[in-house]
Amino acid sequence: MTTPRRRLVRAAAVLLPLSLALAACGGDGDAADDANTINIVGFAVPEIANKAIADEFTATPEGEGVEFNTSYGASGDQSRAVAEGLEADYVHLSVATDVARLVDAGLVDEAWDEGENKGIVSTSIVVLGVREGNPLDIQGWDDLVEPGVGIVTANPASSGAARWNALAAWGHITENGGTEEEATEFVDQIFANVVSLTNSGRDATTSFLQGNGDVLLAYENEAILANQQGEGFDYVIPETTVLIENPGAILEDASEPSQAWLDFVLSEEGQRQFALTGFRPLNLDEPGTADLAAVGLEASDIEGAADPEDPFPAVQNLLTLDGNFGGGDWSGIVDKLFGTGEDGQSLGIVTEAIAKSGKATE
Amino acid sequence: MSVQLEPRPPRLTVGPAPRRRTPSHNLTRTSGIGLGLTMAWFSLLVLIPLAAVVATAAAGGPDGFWRAVTNEQTAAAIRITVLAALSVTLVNVVMGTMIAWVLVRDRFPGKALLEMVIDIPFALPTIVAGLVLLSLYGNDSPLGLQLANTGWSVYLAFLFVTLPFVVRMVQPVLEELDQEVEEAAASLGASRLTTFRRIVLPALAPAIAAGAALSFARAVGEYGSLVLLSGNLPFESEVTSVRILSAIENDNRATAAAIATLLLVISLLVIVVLDVVQRRVARRG
Repeated sequence: MTTPRRRLVRAAAVLLPLSLALAACGGDGDAADDANTINIVGFAVPEIANKAIADEFTATPEGEGVEFNTSYGASGDQSRAVAEGLEADYVHLSVATDVARLVDAGLVDEAWDEGENKGIVSTSIVVLGVREGNPLDIQGWDDLVEPGVGIVTANPASSGAARWNALAAWGHITENGGTEEEATEFVDQIFANVVSLTNSGRDATTSFLQGNGDVLLAYENEAILANQQGEGFDYVIPETTVLIENPGAILEDASEPSQAWLDFVLSEEGQRQFALTGFRPLNLDEPGTADLAAVGLEASDIEGAADPEDPFPAVQNLLTLDGNFGGGDWSGIVDKLFGTGEDGQSLGIVTEAIAKSGKATE
Repeated sequence: MSVQLEPRPPRLTVGPAPRRRTPSHNLTRTSGIGLGLTMAWFSLLVLIPLAAVVATAAAGGPDGFWRAVTNEQTAAAIRITVLAALSVTLVNVVMGTMIAWVLVRDRFPGKALLEMVIDIPFALPTIVAGLVLLSLYGNDSPLGLQLANTGWSVYLAFLFVTLPFVVRMVQPVLEELDQEVEEAAASLGASRLTTFRRIVLPALAPAIAAGAALSFARAVGEYGSLVLLSGNLPFESEVTSVRILSAIENDNRATAAAIATLLLVISLLVIVVLDVVQRRVARRG
């Protein structure tokens, strides 16, 4: 006769390995890693464009028979998921720092941004979403700090992609002859007028469409795409704004057709699909200047833009990471504006502005 | 940090094996398997992940932990979250018991419908709940109540998502409660209040406490319904889960884990306090 204790041990001895074995099964079940499959992991917005590009790609000799698995979500989350093992051959993210995370994890080659396009696959600009008919007559950044203007934006602290918005507000002062003190003051005023700080750009748009605030800090491509989908809003292009550059990269152990795919995304055909969904097609000579003829389109092909005659108007003072903020990898600006104050980092100017905004109303 | 994967019964007597002894447990072969399965299941789903969170928090050292939770904005978020969760739990204790009472003791048209509607906060994806609340209490509020993007939105969202807990815990107990005892108390001259306080409440106390614990724990971790509703304004309507999210976005996992650990400890404390109170009240009967 066994003692109860022995029985217990025996039961555990049987069950623990069993449960571990069950857990292990989940791990290697999906070994069917087809060499002809491209796993795309991206931020949410380019999904429609990528799907259209994929359809065209599979019609080319290089793309024949290629299958796609896709995953779209918030840029930071997607980048972390890949770093933690989500299978990816090609990533299309919102900010270069999200690709840098993959470089640090040894998944993307360090030279990913050394090509002619500097790793950038899609571009857009920061715009100001306004209520129908622009009742507050918002024309530029200076109108946002007027008393009583409610701003909706994604939070640059919890959404890496929202950093473009804060960078544009900052650059509006520093790149127009203002000092950093003046810019800090301006950023403080902007955030003092924020009525809703969401955790993603998508949430900010939803919040704005639900009636929150008077101005939405948005991207031109998202505004155009939203208009195409019938849930849009009017928008204004400020005189000074930032060129949003979304990076794309293939991973070191990407499947064989992935390089051809990246080349195709950068080609005329690929960029045409981006333009059709609101992105400004890549222009290596004059970044941000949309040359629709170069991708075989006319102004009338782009639906949902504020001005159908000129869907991608020239911006008077278009700022770029490379030209104005010390480099495409954000290294010249990220700590100064967005430092968290931890791990020896100083507290960033925007981080502080967000904290101050709350204390002022307390 | 080690995790005990299987329960270890206390050591029995030492020395030559005695013939007869009282076992410290009553496990048969089947119940032994049951317990083993329970513990394995529990470990895989709860204990190991929880231990990992605490271990990550500990990796930053005590300094890192302290810095993480005393960051001004984080501390404010914790204060807002805990205060709102406590208040909402108190409201639920009263309102939830009342709703359960109405559902069990009263007959009225539409009762079956109300019975079903109570569970909707459970069933509705929280982000949808947030959207609904935003359309009702936002800028274009048809009710004239503009609570979105203010500190009150946190209370509103918590009240919504935690509504069913106390109701659903109290309801079955109340149904089982023998009304004759209350009648006996009344016939002996007890007032309705005394009857409720001395007869009904002690019987309901464990259920109310369990519901309150669930309600508090749910509120403290709430995220989805606040995403659109609260505006996440620091020092005003930014809750702890948003701070955790920010820490993760900035690749500060130790900070995220430290905040989460503190929340766990607070939840645990509240559950213990609720248990003590519940025992006191139950004993009074």
